[in-house]
Amino acid sequence: MSIYRCPECGYQYDEAVGDTHEGYKPGTKWLDLPRDLTCPDCSIRLRDEFLVVEFAGIKKPA
Amino acid sequence: MNTSSANLAVSTYRDRKRYAWILSVLVPAFMGSGALLVLLSGDARAAWLPVIFIYCIVPLLDIVLGEDQSNPPESAVPALEADRYYRYITYASAPILWISFILSVWFLASHELPWHARVALILSAGLAGGFGINLGHELGHKNNALERWLAKIVLAPTGYGHFFIEHNRGHHRDVATPLDPASSRMGESIYAFIQREMPGALQRAWRIEMERLARCEQPVWSLHNEILQPALLTVLIWSGLLLWLGFGALPYMVLIAFWANFQLTSANYIEHYGLLRKERAPGRFEVCQPHHSWNSNHIFSNWIVFHLQRHSDHHAHPTRRYQSLRHFENLPQLPNGYVGMFLICYIPPLWFYLMDPRVVAQSQSDTTRINFQPGKQEYLMHKFGLERS
Repeated sequence: MSIYRCPECGYQYDEAVGDTHEGYKPGTKWLDLPRDLTCPDCSIRLRDEFLVVEFAGIKKPA
Repeated sequence: MNTSSANLAVSTYRDRKRYAWILSVLVPAFMGSGALLVLLSGDARAAWLPVIFIYCIVPLLDIVLGEDQSNPPESAVPALEADRYYRYITYASAPILWISFILSVWFLASHELPWHARVALILSAGLAGGFGINLGHELGHKNNALERWLAKIVLAPTGYGHFFIEHNRGHHRDVATPLDPASSRMGESIYAFIQREMPGALQRAWRIEMERLARCEQPVWSLHNEILQPALLTVLIWSGLLLWLGFGALPYMVLIAFWANFQLTSANYIEHYGLLRKERAPGRFEVCQPHHSWNSNHIFSNWIVFHLQRHSDHHAHPTRRYQSLRHFENLPQLPNGYVGMFLICYIPPLWFYLMDPRVVAQSQSDTTRINFQPGKQEYLMHKFGLERS
């Protein structure tokens, strides 16, 4: 499972948790989200602009 | 800046506007108090005081008090955002705006008044509702349940609950592009804009919410629908007022709601007029930059609208709280605060005369940075000697 973060507002999408309010069930992979997804909190960043926080359980080095 | 001087900046920074934000509660409350002024003074002409204050005194105060370009140091922003005092000011505004709507409708529906006082009361109650939308805007951008719910509650009396979704998920995504019904185009008058903006906003909000509900596998006609939640509140308050005051109250409610929502239309009209984000690929535009919004640093009108006029920073960083919005150099600047600019845009030739040269200057004569009204582009390019870039 991986975690991605919005570069603008810090919203985090954790694949393990999903985002039920937005309709993404726990376990929904990042790449299975809509291609034109915008950040649910700030709406100004697109899916492919998000930063990797953790990939396949491995934290990105600071 | 090293750590110790950063700490020093935090500990010594004092927000000079801290108590000025109380004006963002008091002025909207004053707008909603027209009925009280008439009752207390016994003079129907008192109903005009709030209207005169907004449309005459505020633009004058903006000229006299001028602009404020001060910013909090970045190191002080986390503490400023966390300070709950600023939130309590927004919470305190919510009941005041509900009370003002009810008070104004009751007074109009159940008192003998000269026609001019009725006009004044509809205008001032509508202005209070406009401030309500501004408050709903500030609250709706936050990512916690309390503030989001307060936003829906505040938007309900004037029937504009869909704004909460439309603005955050629609306008911020599409701002300063031809796709956005809430960004005005160069050469488009406010009277043309409103025909695109009001229906376009509702359609986009509905579409966005339908997509979300479909993903959630929830029914459209249910309380999961975040457009129907505030709409139900609107139905409750409106039917309650009609049962209490009779159908004679309906025209007043409609007119007040219209004037309130027209304040939003006016703000949308002036906030991005003619500005265009560059299209990087078909349908894909550059990230919203500070130069994609018009700003006004006029200090007094900023105090009464929760810094909304520092609009560039708001669109570049939508989740920033009002107290920490910043001024930037070399941004598109409006010559007066919002209220003054509203009055100007209601006279389209005057608006075009003042603003079209500013749009051209801001674009550095680059037509790929100008959002033209279809049908007016050739005329405007000829008028300003622009070449197609």
